[in-house]
Amino acid sequence: MSALFMLIGISIVVAGAFLAAFLWSVKSGQYEDDYTPSVRMLFEDNSAEPTPTTTKTVKSTQNK
Amino acid sequence: MSTATAQNTVCYHCGDDCKEIIQEAEKSFCCEGCKQVYLLLDENNLCNYYSFDKNPGLKAKGKFISERFAYLEDESTSKKIIQFSSETQNNVTFQLPQMHCSSCIYLLENLHRIDPAIISSQSNFQRKEVFIKYNPQQTSLRKVVELLAFIGYEPYISLKDSVEKKVTSFNKKQIYRIGIAGFCFSNIMMLSFPEYFSSGNIEQSGLKAVFTWLCFGLSFPVLLYSAAGFFVSSWKGIRQRYINIDIPITLAIVVTFARSYYEILSGTGPGYLDSGTGIVFFMLIGRWFQDKTYDSLSFDRDYRSYFPLGVTVIQGETEKNIPVTKLKKGNRIIIRNEEMIPADAILMQGNASVDYSFVSGENTPIEKKKGELIYAGGKQIGSAIELEVVNEASQSYITRLWNNEIFNGSKNAEKSFIHPWSRYFTLALFSVAAAAVLYWWFVNPANILPALTSVLIIACPCSLLLSATFTYGNMLRLFGKNKMYLKNAGVIEALAKINTIVFDKTGTITENTHSSILYEGTPLSATELQAIRSITRQSAHPLSKVLSASIEDDQSVVTQISSFKEYSGLGVEATVNNIAVKLGSAQFLDENNDLHLTRDTGSHVHVMYNQIHMGKFTVSNQYRNGIQSLAAKLPQYELHLLSGDNNTEKKNLEQMFGSKTNILFRQSPQDKLNYVQQLQQQNKQVLMLGDGLNDAGALMQSQVGIAVSDNNAQFSPACDAILNGENVHLLDKYLAFAKAGKNIVTASFVLSILYNFVGLSFAVQATLSPVIAAILMPASSISIVLFVTLLSSLTAKRLGL
Repeated sequence: MSALFMLIGISIVVAGAFLAAFLWSVKSGQYEDDYTPSVRMLFEDNSAEPTPTTTKTVKSTQNK
Repeated sequence: MSTATAQNTVCYHCGDDCKEIIQEAEKSFCCEGCKQVYLLLDENNLCNYYSFDKNPGLKAKGKFISERFAYLEDESTSKKIIQFSSETQNNVTFQLPQMHCSSCIYLLENLHRIDPAIISSQSNFQRKEVFIKYNPQQTSLRKVVELLAFIGYEPYISLKDSVEKKVTSFNKKQIYRIGIAGFCFSNIMMLSFPEYFSSGNIEQSGLKAVFTWLCFGLSFPVLLYSAAGFFVSSWKGIRQRYINIDIPITLAIVVTFARSYYEILSGTGPGYLDSGTGIVFFMLIGRWFQDKTYDSLSFDRDYRSYFPLGVTVIQGETEKNIPVTKLKKGNRIIIRNEEMIPADAILMQGNASVDYSFVSGENTPIEKKKGELIYAGGKQIGSAIELEVVNEASQSYITRLWNNEIFNGSKNAEKSFIHPWSRYFTLALFSVAAAAVLYWWFVNPANILPALTSVLIIACPCSLLLSATFTYGNMLRLFGKNKMYLKNAGVIEALAKINTIVFDKTGTITENTHSSILYEGTPLSATELQAIRSITRQSAHPLSKVLSASIEDDQSVVTQISSFKEYSGLGVEATVNNIAVKLGSAQFLDENNDLHLTRDTGSHVHVMYNQIHMGKFTVSNQYRNGIQSLAAKLPQYELHLLSGDNNTEKKNLEQMFGSKTNILFRQSPQDKLNYVQQLQQQNKQVLMLGDGLNDAGALMQSQVGIAVSDNNAQFSPACDAILNGENVHLLDKYLAFAKAGKNIVTASFVLSILYNFVGLSFAVQATLSPVIAAILMPASSISIVLFVTLLSSLTAKRLGL
């Protein structure tokens, strides 16, 4: 039955990890806006942090 | 007039009808402004903007004047708006009430492609905000705002923002508490199952101890962190000698945990930890459900939200744009067309035609002569005027209204109607507990403590709390679906107590946009009507706009205007097709009273064609749909009507509201406040409906203040609820629903008392086992939640909401 003890122990740890993940996600502000990300992901060429050189070259190849 | 082939070409940018078509790159635009924005987007490869939504652009109102944002260069002002500042990065959040579609989000998040000095921008659609990071070395706050204004998203920056930093916090603490409580509750529940299903005899001796101690450990976060809110609130209640609902709740929680810890530590039992943590979890969810907030609405606006931030001041030979807060007595200021006068001032130069519609409710602009005092809060219509400031902005006639102490307190605070119930509940609880203690004292003293603690555990006040929170939470959402947005749950209870209703006229029961026009006099020919139309289109006066919109464009008639002169606030003189036409007030057309035109009050536009008086147009209020019958549906309420306007509509209003209604005109904002106060001194519970700044005092003073608004971008003054204009006629249903809500909560109390009886019957016999507690508690909670939710939704449906 020591297996049962181990399993209980492991399941508590895993559950705890999920709780930690939940708390972290709330803390990092993921729940502050639950509507805009759903629209944002439909934009094709949007990038939060712009990399001017790469986007410009991509654009120029696309325009050709 | 150009004869366009396609009558209804729509602007590619903003979707408005093109009166004159401007072509560019095979697309039509209605004006130069729209075309410029399109060119800017095209240049930066942002034409995807047009692919997400149809004609998403916003039409620019008038010419773009960059001078308007000059005040942002002032350091003290910009410091208050900028949230974070470093050498290479400044962070700022702007509110953009014009955000309305996915294209807006797209464009606002791609600002860096138009101006590389903007590092990044992120929008929050529900709050209608954009968070911008820019490099202060390459651009300035003013330039960022100018860019936003140019593309049609002028940020809403008000005097309030420059005075106090806006803090929008998302209540994370509540979510943490719920998360932890839920986690611990469900795990403890699962770990208790073996105990219950094996009737207390677990085969492996070690397992039982493991489960018990795990439950023990998991319960700590719930007691110490999640339940902390209840403890704090009941402590506050005790300090103020006020029994609120949290006191019996705290008692129940403390007793449950105490007894459970005792049983576990002494080995006499498994404890009631699953019920205990469950109580906490369900009640926290109830509280969260009731706290529904509307992110993009604000219920706390005062005059500072309406006043502009900057004003143009004449300093010697130059003009400078400075913050309004820095205006001093004696400053000379320039106010242009459609700009608001931010301080009481005397007219020095120019023709003033001031629109006080949201201060006094009067639609027609008031003409002021040189040397006259003009009060703050009005908007100048017409050419620019020069004024000399008499009072500082915060000391003007209108802002002094806010010194009234009603603006400092908080309404509808903690005193909810479940509080009397909580008092009865606590009393009943103690009496039952006392009875049980007495009984067992005589029969079997060993059972005293178990019986007492069982009673305190099972008589769960949580069902009381759950009834109220879930009912009100559901009702808030149902109200919201019907476009009535309440500030918080307390407003529902206040609405249920109302017995007197005060209405404002302009904007509340009348439409803001449409007016009805009646013509009396010699019938006008098509040519004459078109002449009037083309003349009024050139004029900026609100009556002209209404008039020109009401006459349909007839392309077959050619009108040629050879001369045009507008006399601000008086009328218009023009020559159309070589015939002299005069439009305007009776005074304008007939200075010497030769024609004996009636000079009655109201909005009239007289028409003189070739020196002959043809007739007059009367512009009158257009009442909202369904208002006519509203008064009849409210027989149990005492009705009053206060208007800031003149009494032209008296007859109509008396017909609509009946003879018993008290109707008063020319009410100033202070008059309205005083009136409500008088009613309250007669112990009446007053509901006030208003729409503008002129109603702000009365809205604050009444028990419930509802601000009527036509769109989400319109600003409503401080109030308890915001009601969309098209649903004002449903007022009787809203009031009935609020009353019904109170009944629903009472009904569910009765239901919860039944559960309590069952539980108490076990408790007093000291035979309350953890299994029974564990079954009863979730069962009662869930069934009560379902009951109130279904009942409130059904009631809404029955009322037609």
